[in-house]
Amino acid sequence: MTVTAAPELDVEQLRKDFPILSQRIRGKPLVYLDNAATSQKPRSVIDAVGRFYATENANIHRGVHFLSERATLAYEAVRAGVARFLNASSSDEIVFTSGTTEAVNLVAQSWGRSAVRAGDELLVTAMEHHSNLVPWQLLAAQTGAVVRAVPISDAGELDLDAFDRLLTDRTRLLAIAHVSNALGTVNPVRALVAHARQHGLVTLVDGAQSVPHLAVDVQELNCDFFAFSGHKVYGPTGVGVLYGRAALLERMPPWQGGGDMIEAVTLEASTFAPPPARFEAGTPKIAQVIGLGAALDYVAAVGLAPIGAREDELLAYATDRVSGLDGIRLVGTARHKAAVLSFVVEGVHPHDVAAVLDDEGVAVRAGHHCAQPVMSRFGVPATVRASFAFYNTPEEIDVLIRGLGRVRTLFA
Amino acid sequence: MPSLSELYQNVILEHNRSPRNFRPMPNADRHADGHNPLCGDQLTVWVRMDGGVLEDVSFQGSGCAISRASASLMTSMVKGKTREEATRLFERFHRLVTGTLPPDQAETLGKLAVFSGVSQFPIRVKCASLSWHTLRAALDEGIKTTT
Repeated sequence: MTVTAAPELDVEQLRKDFPILSQRIRGKPLVYLDNAATSQKPRSVIDAVGRFYATENANIHRGVHFLSERATLAYEAVRAGVARFLNASSSDEIVFTSGTTEAVNLVAQSWGRSAVRAGDELLVTAMEHHSNLVPWQLLAAQTGAVVRAVPISDAGELDLDAFDRLLTDRTRLLAIAHVSNALGTVNPVRALVAHARQHGLVTLVDGAQSVPHLAVDVQELNCDFFAFSGHKVYGPTGVGVLYGRAALLERMPPWQGGGDMIEAVTLEASTFAPPPARFEAGTPKIAQVIGLGAALDYVAAVGLAPIGAREDELLAYATDRVSGLDGIRLVGTARHKAAVLSFVVEGVHPHDVAAVLDDEGVAVRAGHHCAQPVMSRFGVPATVRASFAFYNTPEEIDVLIRGLGRVRTLFA
Repeated sequence: MPSLSELYQNVILEHNRSPRNFRPMPNADRHADGHNPLCGDQLTVWVRMDGGVLEDVSFQGSGCAISRASASLMTSMVKGKTREEATRLFERFHRLVTGTLPPDQAETLGKLAVFSGVSQFPIRVKCASLSWHTLRAALDEGIKTTT
C-alpha cells in the first residue's frame, strides 16, 4: 500500500516550517511520532515569541505606556482569535490558563466547589487522561460527591448503554475527552453532550487531543466548558484555554486571588472583575499567549480539513503496516480514531521497544500515557504510542516498521 | 554516542528471556514490593535468611528487559552473601549504573558489569536499580512473610 500526501498539502514544503524536523538524532534523521505528547513548533511561532520579547515586552492591563498598551492589545487580540477559532459567541468566554490541566482544575474548584454537594455524582469515562479524572476525584473528596466512569469496550469505544444507565437524578457533571490520548478514539461528544444537557448536567469537553486534528465549534458541540493546550497545537508550552459558557462563568467564584482579577480591594474584602479577568489572577503568560495566537494562525493557514485528512491517511497506513507484523497487538481499535496508534509487542516491554526505536531516530511514547485506568482495562502495564501530525510522512512510518523489525530480532 | 548494544548486552537479553529465581517463595522470611510509578514497573523480592546470610532470594513482577535482567542477576549474585556484603555490592552497582564507579573497580562486580552501559542512558538507571532498592527494603524493614 502506498499513500500520497493529500493534494492540498505540500508536506515537503511545510516540513521546512519546522526547524527541529531537519535534525539528526543519534546520527539518524529525526522521525518525530510523539505529537500527542507535544507537537513541534513552526518558525512563525518561535519567531512570534522571540519578537515579543525583543520588541514588545511589557506587562499588560496596567501600564499607560506605549509598550504596555501594545502588549495588551496583542494579548487581547489573541483572545478574540481563540474565540473565532472555537466559534465562541464572545471573547469574554475565553480564559487563558497554563494548559488543559489547569483549565479542568479551574472548573472543578470554581464551579465544582460552589455547585456540587455531598451525594452528587460526577460522570467521567474510563478513557480519561488523569487531568480529566484526578481534579474530579479531588472535588469529590472535598464535597462528598462520587465519581462514576462510563466503561469502554474491547475496541476502546464508550459503552453508550452504560452511559444511559449511569445518568441519575444525582448526576451533576459530564466531563469527557473529545479524543482519547491513549487510544485515539474520537468520542461522539456532540450527542453525549446533548443527552447530558437534557438531564440538566453541566458538560466539560477535554479537547487537548482534538483541537490539533479537527475543527471545533463550541456552539455546535453545545458544551458548557471546553479545554485545550497550546503546545499540542503547535504553540508554546505553558498556555492553554478554557472556553466557558458566559452564563456559567458569570456565576462562578474566583479560584485564585491576586492582581488583575479584582474590581476593588480593601483590607477587609474585595470584589471581583467579570470573566474572563476574574479567572486570570496575576501576570498572565503573555509571550505564550502571543505564541499561541501565531500557532492558531498557522493552523488556519494550513487548514484543519487538509490536516485532518492527511493525518487520517497516515493513521490508516500505519495501522495497516503495524497490523501486518507478527506479535503485535493494537490497543484501541475504535471505528473513529484520530492520529494515535497504541500497541504492544508481545514479550517485549514498551520501554525496550521505545529504546530500540530511539536508536533509529524514532521518537515514540512508551508508558501509561497518564491514563492508568485505560492500561488496567486492557491488561497491560504500558503501551507504545506512535502519534501523528500532518508533517509526518509514510516514509517515516516505514522507518518505524523497520525499527519494530529490529525489536523483534533483538528480543527474539 | 551511546550505543544500543552497550545497553542491551547479550547477558542482559538472555536473563530477560530466562530470568533466574523467578518464582514466589512460600517459605520466605521477608519480602518487599517495588514500584516505579513513572513506567509502571513492579516487582516483589523474597528473601530467606540463615543467620546473617541471604540463603535464598527470588523475585517476580513485570518490567522492562533492564529491570528484569537486573533482578535476575541480583538474585544470583547475592545468594550466599551476608547482608553487609549485599549492601556493599548494591553500593558499587549503583555507582556503576550512575557512571561514578572508577573503571578499575568494575571487575569487582563480576557479571553485574554488563550493566555499565546503563550509565549512558540516565532514564534507565531506575530500571536497573529497582530490584536492588526492593531487596534493601526487604532486608531493612521487609514484611515478614513467615513466623
